[in-house]
Amino acid sequence: MNKVLMKGNEALAEGAILAGCRGFFGYPITPSSEIAEYMARKLPKIGGIFVQAESELAAINMVYGGASTGTRVMTASSGPGLSLKQEGISFISEAELPCLIVNISRGGPGLGGIQPSQGDYFQATRGGGHGDYHTMVLAPASTQEMMDFAILGYELADRYRIPVVIMAEGTLGNLMEPVIVRDEVTNFVEKPWAISGCQGRKPNIVNTLHLTAEELEGRNRHLFSKYEDIQMNEKRAETFMVEDADIVVVAFGLLARVIKRSVIDARKHGVKAGLIRPMTLWPFPDEHIKAVTDTCKVILSMEISMGQMIQDIRLAAEGRVPVEFYGRIGFLPNPEELTREILAVAERKGL
Amino acid sequence: MEDEKQILFAGFGGQGVLSMGQFLAYAAMNTGKHVSWVPSYGAEMRGGTANCLVTISSEEIYSPLTEHPLVAVVLNRPSLDKFETKVKPDGCLVINTSMVDRDPKRTDLMVLKIPVNELAEEMGNTRGSNMILLGAYLEKTSVVKVEDALQHFEVIYRGKKEKVIKRNREAFLAGVEWAKKNW
Repeated sequence: MNKVLMKGNEALAEGAILAGCRGFFGYPITPSSEIAEYMARKLPKIGGIFVQAESELAAINMVYGGASTGTRVMTASSGPGLSLKQEGISFISEAELPCLIVNISRGGPGLGGIQPSQGDYFQATRGGGHGDYHTMVLAPASTQEMMDFAILGYELADRYRIPVVIMAEGTLGNLMEPVIVRDEVTNFVEKPWAISGCQGRKPNIVNTLHLTAEELEGRNRHLFSKYEDIQMNEKRAETFMVEDADIVVVAFGLLARVIKRSVIDARKHGVKAGLIRPMTLWPFPDEHIKAVTDTCKVILSMEISMGQMIQDIRLAAEGRVPVEFYGRIGFLPNPEELTREILAVAERKGL
Repeated sequence: MEDEKQILFAGFGGQGVLSMGQFLAYAAMNTGKHVSWVPSYGAEMRGGTANCLVTISSEEIYSPLTEHPLVAVVLNRPSLDKFETKVKPDGCLVINTSMVDRDPKRTDLMVLKIPVNELAEEMGNTRGSNMILLGAYLEKTSVVKVEDALQHFEVIYRGKKEKVIKRNREAFLAGVEWAKKNW
């Protein structure tokens, strides 16, 4: 087994390359820049294209163009850069083009800071740009998953013709861990819709302008029937010690992994805690949440934000159990702090 | 989780703090352990201290972070001031006395003192101070066995110039010898 010590950002970039990514278009921003650096070193050597664009707007439109040709392409950025890319992501979503968009998250709003954050949850899961659409959103929790989700991301993007967002806290981008380097992907789906030269066939057209109401409504209905399929088939979550848990923490990303230790420590203090870790943020794994509402007494949403995913958790819990919140801003809390909070909630609830 | 060790390395930027942690993580990984390495991130890096936290365990690592590392390796005074209170009860402090001009206040810790800058200057290898310290620390504690670290030296420094590898190995071995005599 080929285990290599890698940073999260490097593992993600290598995963994208293994998945066949041959075009990277970006503009550097902390804490995502190692992805661009890695791609700049590697892509030109394997027949790929690396462009440090003049702006985020240019970068996302290069992704739009590259994806139109059926090539596996990507961009990576962080909060402020992702905001600038939203117009392009809306266009790509309507044009139904597969691509990978990476958000190594830092705190906002505004220029915010460069410390880790999960405050872009709404932006990522609600579309983020104008119009009715969704992107798929994957939330890795380890350096290995940074690689694996890049590969999975392209597979899902091609299968559903949808932009896939990978969202990870800045800390995960910098975390070094051993990674099992996966095999190169060799089976790709056919892309008969791609703009790939139309000799011998009718031209393909990529267009997002639909001026009649009927046509536009048809397009929206088409997108949403696809989103229904995705919601049926692609919800993913990891559960950890939830079977007998009185208090179930819901958290994503590296934070969720840190909380596993808090769950174990809380149990040493006699509090039966468990964890649900959404691996897909959209589609949100609401069945996993609903399933524990019969057995647990309280759900605790922990986020590196003022509370965003908690809205999805509350919708999923359907008022069957109370949903509490604990959030910090600008850093990844230590497991000891999170244990104290789990114990405090348990005490308030008389558990 | 039971044998999990979390070791903090802290000092000024440029003292080789981050690469020290990376070396230990690589060495431990090559002996089959689960490892993680997290650098300090953000404002701290500009405030004068750089630090990283290495976690080594024979089982899957849940948290690469902690409030209370078992060991703090401090290469300068601000790092001692900042992290002395954080070390786990009965943990360990490794102090570079070349750059730290006070004794620790806590009495429950194993304290290992070593003047690495002087030792590095004596060797004519001023950039090797971090590896001297790491060699001494591993000789004393066997967090990773010295022979295992040496066996993987070339792998860890893969891609580096032979001269660089040689100087780092010399510094590491000097630390090992110093620890045998003084700790």
